[in-house]
Amino acid sequence: MLEIKNLHVKLEEDDKVILKGVDLTVEAGKVHAIMGPNGSGKSTLSYVLSGRDGYEVTDGSATLDGVELLEMEPEERAAAGLFLAFQYPVEIPGVGNMTFLRTAVNAQRKARGEAELSAGDFLKIVREKAKALKIDAEMMKRPVNVGFSGGEKKRNEILQMAMLEPKMCILDETDSGLDVDAMKLVADGVNALRSEGRAFLVITHYQRLLDHIKPDVVHIMADGRIIKTGGPELALEVENNGYANLLAEVQ
Amino acid sequence: MAVAQAKLDAAVARLAGLDLPQGGWSGGARADAVARLQAMGLPAKRDEYWRYTDPTTLTAATPVAAAPFDASDEAQLFDAIDRVRLVFVDGVFDPAQSDDPVAAGVELLSQAADIHWAQGLYGTLEARGQNPVARPLAALNTAAATEGVLIRVTGQVAKPIHLVYLQESDTSDAILHHCVKLEEGAELTLLESGPGAARFNQVLEVEVADGARFHHIRIQGRDHDRRLATHIFARLGAESLFKSFTLTANGVMTRNEAVLELTGDDAMAHIAGAALGNGDYHHDDTVFITHAAERCESRQVFKNVLRNGAVGVFQGKILVKPGAQKTDGYQISQCLLLDEAAQFLAKPELEIYADDVKCSHGSTSGAIDDTALYYLRSRGVPLRQAQSLLVLAFLAEAIDEIEDEGIAGEIRLRLEAWLSRQDG
Ligand SMILES: Nc1ncnc2c1ncn2[C@@H]1O[C@H](COP(=O)(O)OP(=O)(O)OP(=O)(O)O)[C@@H](O)[C@H]1O
Ligand SMILES: [Mg+2]
Repeated sequence: MLEIKNLHVKLEEDDKVILKGVDLTVEAGKVHAIMGPNGSGKSTLSYVLSGRDGYEVTDGSATLDGVELLEMEPEERAAAGLFLAFQYPVEIPGVGNMTFLRTAVNAQRKARGEAELSAGDFLKIVREKAKALKIDAEMMKRPVNVGFSGGEKKRNEILQMAMLEPKMCILDETDSGLDVDAMKLVADGVNALRSEGRAFLVITHYQRLLDHIKPDVVHIMADGRIIKTGGPELALEVENNGYANLLAEVQ
Repeated sequence: MAVAQAKLDAAVARLAGLDLPQGGWSGGARADAVARLQAMGLPAKRDEYWRYTDPTTLTAATPVAAAPFDASDEAQLFDAIDRVRLVFVDGVFDPAQSDDPVAAGVELLSQAADIHWAQGLYGTLEARGQNPVARPLAALNTAAATEGVLIRVTGQVAKPIHLVYLQESDTSDAILHHCVKLEEGAELTLLESGPGAARFNQVLEVEVADGARFHHIRIQGRDHDRRLATHIFARLGAESLFKSFTLTANGVMTRNEAVLELTGDDAMAHIAGAALGNGDYHHDDTVFITHAAERCESRQVFKNVLRNGAVGVFQGKILVKPGAQKTDGYQISQCLLLDEAAQFLAKPELEIYADDVKCSHGSTSGAIDDTALYYLRSRGVPLRQAQSLLVLAFLAEAIDEIEDEGIAGEIRLRLEAWLSRQDG
């Protein structure tokens, strides 16, 4: 589904190179996890895939179902089925959460040539999904993420994902800031979306989330590269021993 | 300070070029206005409150020609509202296109009767508003206006009154003067859409008695070439309410002044504006609010969205007089610059002579938040639509000043349409 080949990325503004040849393939129906030390380039990878400004791809490619992502506008990537749950969800004063969600859902449907959801249908679906994530009606009325707690912001990301039903979901540290119960809610939300045609790339620092969302494959990223790929046991090894051994191996 | 001779000469010359109405019930007020104008002179670029806005085209003997604008691609505003429509074409009342003013309790400005209730209002609030800042274009208006409406309200007026300004002539030079008197406990909604002349000079005097409520919504646009100078002078009695919102889209020159005086305790005055400009566009909001009573609240909310060389100006003042304790004054002026060529100039002022007051003011200008834009796009919202959402979000605080949800919705649609028409 997602195929990243030899991806090299530097900052547009200066010469700092962040991704130094990332190779990664996520198959449909699978859950992949990425772990790695702070500053290794995990968020950068997710931003570059979703089309954020400020980065320059100097080499390599990234395709979604064979279609080159890196040439597309961010909204086209979203319509193609890519979704990024942000490590730091953005606050948008003045734009209601509900308006935002409806606009996004209908924009994607329109881009795919589907009919827009009626206001009634939309409300019905959103209420049901919000309830599952314990997001109350009052939060839906507030401006996007404004005044939300850290955990509320993360749950709001998952609500967006549930509404947009993307096929490739990237979750950047969605577990950080969540209490134990909220982590369970979020994991249930993700697991409910797991299906044959959908894949997940879960960026995390902790085994905890992976207890709930069982990964098929675990990658270790360090200094802009994937330095090791393995099964779920790799996450346990990191949890127990940190990154020192893994880093030493590749030296 | 001596007034420059050139300004005085300009005033005399300008008055000489006008056919000034004489006599009748407003004769005295008009003569006083002539005398005021002769003493203060016409505005000049050096004047403190004309530093950012060049008055030349507003004061000249003849207007710069402006082609009438065909706005038939959009539905008439306020069409969904059951209202009384009074139409002015090039600044002249047109009975054929209008509802019956008499049935609606509206009189047209005329010299006819010798005794008239408006005698105590016409030119009176304008004259009060000349201190401490001179407003020569308003004095000129009082002296010269032959058109306008006189509305006296004693109860709650069921239907809003809608003044519709249409333009037909390239060179029309309209001078309109409206007086509104709300007696104790009365309520009125006044709608205006236009401006509807190549050059338009308007004064609106509003006397809001104790417990009365005045709602005002006006739309100035989309005509591009027109030039416009408006003044609102309002005096508020105890526990009264004054709310005014203006949307300005396009227009090569707009100067909107508002002079509001809170003279009764517990009164509330809100004035808001949303201005959108692209290219050769100059928009100026100049506001002066005087708190002369206790526990009054005032709000000034002005938002500009500018691109491609457009200029926005805000000059807003809150004056709290001695004894006006527990005043709550708020002022915000903000500009969203859609590119680097646009410019916003703000001059917020507070002058406070009471010790137990709460006054705040702020002014900002900046670009669209790139991170928010990216976030919206990453959810599939196309660039244009995302920008439009963020611009509307920026304007929300001003639009929120419109109480009627239906009208607010119409204004939002107008804004979206304006945004979608902008290229690049
Ligand atoms: N816009 C930027 N300007 C300057 N430095 C940047 C920028 N974006 C990323 N970097 C740098 O690139 C490196 C990788 O950052 P990134 O956020 O991708 O790391 P990460 O793996 O997600 O870390 P964490 O686990 O702490 O979230 C860091 O050293 C970071 O400071
Ligand atoms: Mg990160």
